[in-house]
Amino acid sequence: MAFVHSLNLVPRVLKGEVNAVARLLTRAEAGSHECRPALDEIFRRAGRAHIIGITGVPGSGKSTLVARLVAAIRQTGRRVGIVAIDPSSPFSGGAILGDRIRMGAIAADPGVYVRSMATRGALGGLARGTLEAIDVLDAAGYEMVIIETVGVGQDEVEVARATHTTVVVSAPGLGDDIQAIKAGILEIADIHVVSKCDRSDADKTVADLKNMLSMGLASARGSWQVPVVPTSAARDEGVAELVAAIDRHWTFLREGNRLEERRRLINERRLLKAGEEILRDQFVRQRNGQVLKLLEQLQARTLSPRTAAERLLQDIHPGDAP
Amino acid sequence: MENDGALGDRALPPARKENIPMTTESKVIRVLVAKVGLDGHDRGVKIVARTLRDAGMEVIYTGLHRTPEEVVDAAVQEDVDVIGISILSGAHMTVFPRLLKLLDERGAKDIMVVGGGVIPDDEVIQLKNLGVKEIMLQDTPPDSIVAMIRRIVVERGPR
Repeated sequence: MAFVHSLNLVPRVLKGEVNAVARLLTRAEAGSHECRPALDEIFRRAGRAHIIGITGVPGSGKSTLVARLVAAIRQTGRRVGIVAIDPSSPFSGGAILGDRIRMGAIAADPGVYVRSMATRGALGGLARGTLEAIDVLDAAGYEMVIIETVGVGQDEVEVARATHTTVVVSAPGLGDDIQAIKAGILEIADIHVVSKCDRSDADKTVADLKNMLSMGLASARGSWQVPVVPTSAARDEGVAELVAAIDRHWTFLREGNRLEERRRLINERRLLKAGEEILRDQFVRQRNGQVLKLLEQLQARTLSPRTAAERLLQDIHPGDAP
Repeated sequence: MENDGALGDRALPPARKENIPMTTESKVIRVLVAKVGLDGHDRGVKIVARTLRDAGMEVIYTGLHRTPEEVVDAAVQEDVDVIGISILSGAHMTVFPRLLKLLDERGAKDIMVVGGGVIPDDEVIQLKNLGVKEIMLQDTPPDSIVAMIRRIVVERGPR
């Protein structure tokens, strides 16, 4: 089949044509230079969707929750785009993307678009190209875009800097009340979900989170009262409450200029991140050969890592973009 | 900038200025592997998924009991290079023609279809004539599967 230039895909993406959306996502994810003007066009036309992040430890039930959540949102008629992220192998670069296993029922719905992404070396819980993928799905007319992060640990908070509403999923039995007051992932929640609430120890997890919130950490979210929503896929409970909480947060953001503030934070983050990426690419491209020489001096301890790195950077030419 | 000796290897390739009409930056092969219909034997497909992962490919596994429609919907949304169907139930002469027809209807003929399982030799020939790129039988070594997928993607060319 003939190659279609990315700019020619844009009008088809704006009409919501699935094949065009799929191809542009592939190119955005690959970091293709060819698609940059198209992504610029897309960015100008995006900005309508409610972007929701779902994060939590591996096995906490994120995929199952997303499947139930999307089925419930579809009852309200809204179209939903999903980016589901799984890890790339640090050794082969390959990945097994298994989030669709739990999404069988919703994946056949023409109002739902599911895309699996591998992290491709990105840290922080998102994949390379996730932010561009959000723009593409937004511009394609999906009214809600849900980002399901890779299973995270305690410190992968990048999702909160990319979404309007962050949902943190905790499973029962994974920690005590001290875990709940530690810094990091629990702080970024606009909404807490405690999954698997058919289990007997779920009440304690709900209580620990509510206690944590009552200690004043909620003030980090302004006047928004962070809710704790218990859910159970086995008993089919809690999902309607979660949809209501997500919609309530969207309404909250749209009062005053809160949404503008959130968007400003996201844009600031994207600007800085893109800058870092450009520098990193130039660094990787231009450092060829220099590393080995400096490494010899490090091995001989005639240079410190810090000084060697400064030498390495002296030779990067910012104007020399590909 | 001064060349201080430690940085003396400036012989870098010139920056690429021409517009290359394909995604050369990060060419990862994406494969969707699926079980279709009433066939619950998934040990083989899991081994294949793992093998492809270890060869650096991104493997989307959809799980058991999918319909051809679900597989094609997923493959189009995921923009995969190859669909791999594992089939041990004997329904291959129904499933593969249906998949090929649906891909054609969705304007997705650039997604290649391969199969693996227990399939009689004469039907392997029939399936290949219909447009299935390759059929791997039960004695195919893992390395051959990887090489076969890579070859098929190269033969298809950039898109």
